[in-house]
Amino acid sequence: MKNIASVFKQNHKALIGYITAGYPDIAATPKIAAVLAENGCDIIELGIPFSDPLADGATIQKSSHQALLKGTTPKACLETAATIRKSIDIPLVFMTYYNPVLNYGLEAFCRDCTRAGIIALIVPDLPPEEGIELGEITDKHGMDLIYLLAPNSTPERIKAVAEKSRGFIYLVSLTGVTGARDSLPPELEDFIKRVRARARLPLCVGFGISTPEHARRIGSIADGVIVGSRIIDLIDEDSTFSSLKSFVSGLRNALDSNGKI
Amino acid sequence: MLPDSRGYFGEYGGKFVPETLMPALSELESAYAEAVADRRFQQEFKRLCRDYIGRPTPLYHAQKLSEKTGGATILLKREDLAHTGAHKINNALGQGLLARCMGKTRIIAETGAGQHGVAAATVCAMLGIECIVYMGTEDIRRQASNVYRMKLMGAEVRPVTSGSRTLKDAINEAIRDWVSNVGNTHYLLGSVVGPHPYPMIVRDFQSIIGRETREQVMADYRRLPDYLVACVGGGSNSIGLFHPFFDDENVKFVGVEAGGTGIASGHHSATLVTGRTGVLHGTKSYLMEDEHGQIMETRSIAPGLDYPGVGPEHSFYKDIGRASYVTVDDAQALEGFRLLCETEGIIPALESAHAIYHAAKIAAELDREKLIIVNLSGRGDKDLDIVNDALGISI
Repeated sequence: MKNIASVFKQNHKALIGYITAGYPDIAATPKIAAVLAENGCDIIELGIPFSDPLADGATIQKSSHQALLKGTTPKACLETAATIRKSIDIPLVFMTYYNPVLNYGLEAFCRDCTRAGIIALIVPDLPPEEGIELGEITDKHGMDLIYLLAPNSTPERIKAVAEKSRGFIYLVSLTGVTGARDSLPPELEDFIKRVRARARLPLCVGFGISTPEHARRIGSIADGVIVGSRIIDLIDEDSTFSSLKSFVSGLRNALDSNGKI
Repeated sequence: MLPDSRGYFGEYGGKFVPETLMPALSELESAYAEAVADRRFQQEFKRLCRDYIGRPTPLYHAQKLSEKTGGATILLKREDLAHTGAHKINNALGQGLLARCMGKTRIIAETGAGQHGVAAATVCAMLGIECIVYMGTEDIRRQASNVYRMKLMGAEVRPVTSGSRTLKDAINEAIRDWVSNVGNTHYLLGSVVGPHPYPMIVRDFQSIIGRETREQVMADYRRLPDYLVACVGGGSNSIGLFHPFFDDENVKFVGVEAGGTGIASGHHSATLVTGRTGVLHGTKSYLMEDEHGQIMETRSIAPGLDYPGVGPEHSFYKDIGRASYVTVDDAQALEGFRLLCETEGIIPALESAHAIYHAAKIAAELDREKLIIVNLSGRGDKDLDIVNDALGISI
C-alpha cells in the first residue's frame, strides 16, 4: 500500500478527490472511488457523514444528510474502505468531524482504520490545540493526522500547524465553507507563499475548486488540489459517471500540463 | 477560576472549530480581556443595564404561589421584566458593546425561542450595527411574534430549513456565516455554549442575575437561599443565577431540563439527564447523540430548551455534584405555566414554566422557612399561541 508521502513526487501534482461515503448509497461508493482512481486521482478522501457538518456548504450537507438517511454508519464506512482497498492501491483517507470519532473511541477508531487500509484523517473541527490525544494515537498506528490552515491563519498558527500536521497540510483556499465556486480568491498565491515559507510538508489546496483552470492555477504553486463538492454534483448528473470521468481526467490533464505549455 | 486558559471546565469546553475561526476566537478573547479591565467599558455596561434594560430586576416574593404549594417560600427573580422580556438582553448588550470595541460592522445571531434574536436585534438597533438572525423554520412558525419584533427593529431573519429546523440548525448556519464573513462579523452567540471564550463571556454577562439576587436576598431576608432553580436549554439563565453562589455550599442548584413528551418517548431535550460526552458546536460537553455519534433531534414545547447540547460549565457542575439536573415534561410545564398565571398574575415563558413547576414541586415538601429562588427568565407573551393550542383555549 502506498503512503501519502509517495504521492508527492517531483514534477507530479497530487489530485485528491472527496466523496461522501454512502452517497448516493453505500453500494455506489466503491464504484465512484474506482472512477476517481482510474481517471487520475492520487488520493481518495472518503467522507464519513455527520449530522451537523458545520464546515460544509450546501452540496456536502445534502450528500451527508442523504447518506445518513440511508443508514450510513462509521462502521459501514470502514467496511466500504476495506472493500475499496481490495481493488485500489492509492492512499485512502477519512474526512469526518470529531464527534463520530470520539464516540467510536479514538483508539478503536484508529485501530479499525488501519485494518481497513485508511492511512490518514482530516478532521475539520479539530484544531491542533484539541488534537493532542488523537495525534498521539494516529502516530502510534502509523497514520497521518492532517491539519488545516486558512487564509487568516496567523504566522504563529502556521508554524504550529506546520509542526503538528502529518502527510500534508490542507490549505483552505478561502474564508468560508466547502462548495464549488466560480472563481478563486486573488490572495490565494500570497497565502500559499506565506505557508511555504514556514512549512516543509506538501501543501494541498481545497474548498471551492471546481474547474481544470482552478486546478492548473493552484498546481503551479501548490503540491496538490482537493476537489469535493463539484464531484458530488457530478455524481448526481448521470448514473454511468461519464461526466465525472471526464471532469476528473480534465483536472488530471490540467495539473500535468502545468509548465508544459 | 474556571475556565482554564484552554477554555476548559474540568474536562469540558475547549475550541473545536474550523481553523478559519481560531483567529476570531483569539481576537474575541483579547477584546474581552481588555473590556474586563477597561473601566469605561464596565461603566457603560453598568449604565445601560440600569437605563436601557431596567436593572436591577426585582426579586419578588410569590406569596400566593408559596401558599398554594403549602411549603417553602418561593421568590422569583424577575428577568421577565428586563427590556425585551427575557434575560437574553444582558448578554446581547455586553457582546454588542464588545463587537463595537472590535470594530465589527455586522452582527449575526442564532435564535430558538426568538428571545435571543430579539435581544440581539434590539441591541444592534441601539448601537447602529447590521443584524442578521438565523432561525429554524419550525421555530419561526412557533414563535412568530418574536419574528415580527426582530423585523421591526431592522434585523434580517434568515430561515433555516436544515435538520430539525430548530436551534441546533440555526447555530450551524450562524457558524457557517461566521466562517464566511469572519473579518467584519461578530457572532453574538446567545447561550453558554460554543467554543471558548463564549461559555465564559456569556456566563460573565449573565452573572449579573446571580449577583443582584444575592444582594437582594441578603437585604430582604438576611440569609442565603436554600435552593436556586432555573431551566436549562443551553444553560445561560441558570449559569447566570448559579455562578455567583458557586462557593456557597449550602445553596443547592437545581437545573430543569425539558422532558418533552416524556423521557421514555425519546422525544425530549434532557441532555444532562440522559446524554453523554461529545463535541458539538465547538465545545466538549454532554450531548444527545445516537450510538454512531450523530446528533439526535430533540423536542420540547419550549423552543428555547429544544437543543441537544448544553454549556460545558453545566456538565462540570453535574460531574462534581455541584448542581443536580431534573426533567419536567411538556404537560408539567403547561401546569407550571397555568399555576403562575393563576396564582400570581404573571405569564411566564414556557421555558421558565419548567422551572416554576419543579420549584412548586420541591416547595411542597419543605418547611415555610426554606427559601427557593426561581429564575423567571422570560415572559410568556410569545407562547400564547402554543399554550392556547395545547390547553384548548379559544376566544
